[in-house]
Amino acid sequence: MVERATPLGADFKPGSYGDFADGIGITLSAPPSGTIVEATAWPGRERALAARVGKVVGLSLEAGAGAGAFKETGAAAFNIGPGRFLVSGRNEVLADRLIGAVPEETGTLTDLSHGRTRLRVEGARAEWVLAKLFALDFSSAAFPVTEGRATAHHDYFVQIQRTGDQRFELYVFRSFARAFVSVLRRAAEDVGYRIE
Amino acid sequence: MLISCPHCGPRDLAEFSYQGDATRTRPDPASTDTQAWHDYVYARPNPAGPHREFWQHAGGCRAHLLVVRDTLTHEIHSTALARPSRAGGETA
Repeated sequence: MVERATPLGADFKPGSYGDFADGIGITLSAPPSGTIVEATAWPGRERALAARVGKVVGLSLEAGAGAGAFKETGAAAFNIGPGRFLVSGRNEVLADRLIGAVPEETGTLTDLSHGRTRLRVEGARAEWVLAKLFALDFSSAAFPVTEGRATAHHDYFVQIQRTGDQRFELYVFRSFARAFVSVLRRAAEDVGYRIE
Repeated sequence: MLISCPHCGPRDLAEFSYQGDATRTRPDPASTDTQAWHDYVYARPNPAGPHREFWQHAGGCRAHLLVVRDTLTHEIHSTALARPSRAGGETA
């Protein structure tokens, strides 16, 4: 039987790292995500797509820039561009349900479940660490809970959703995930970090 | 330098890619007017001042933008989606 391998590499082991003598600044983890789908509306069908996707995943999803929604143990979705949403959930059959629920005249869906990796950055210094990597304002006033942003750190294209005052979910290309985690770990060394 | 993406708001220049001169008008593909094609491909006025350009927010929402940038000061005079959104007129 083929052994399941993590895209984050063998180094991504639970433990405390960096300068944690004075406490842990952030916690890194890779929560399981059974489904990751990108939904794209045809021009003028943005709100219709948001409504369809929201109904399937049980979220109240708006079509505005950066708008998002999530359930603590369920699905998450957020706007990543004009008429485009990133939708994720723990259920592995969610992609098929979404593709079946959105009519062709409303938009298209692309199953990215094997093409993206979700990382969670959580802790009191999460804003500080992420601000080292991305030219974004991570304050809760400029980046409220539920909202999402599509951005980049050099060649690492990253889509970020804020899911708590001190918690962010990062979606990166799976083939870049291991390299991106090494950058993230380097940025977190000064605040001390734990991998869970 | 910041470019204000119509979708995402002000973002760092590093997230954007220059996509070319937006003042050019492509000749009819069936045209055999070599002078027209030569002008389209090679002739550039290279203005010192406001210039219409295509950019893409490649490290963000990936939208293609029409940007008016001052080539002397790099001031961004305006930004707009290259293809205007029709989001306001839909019937869900």
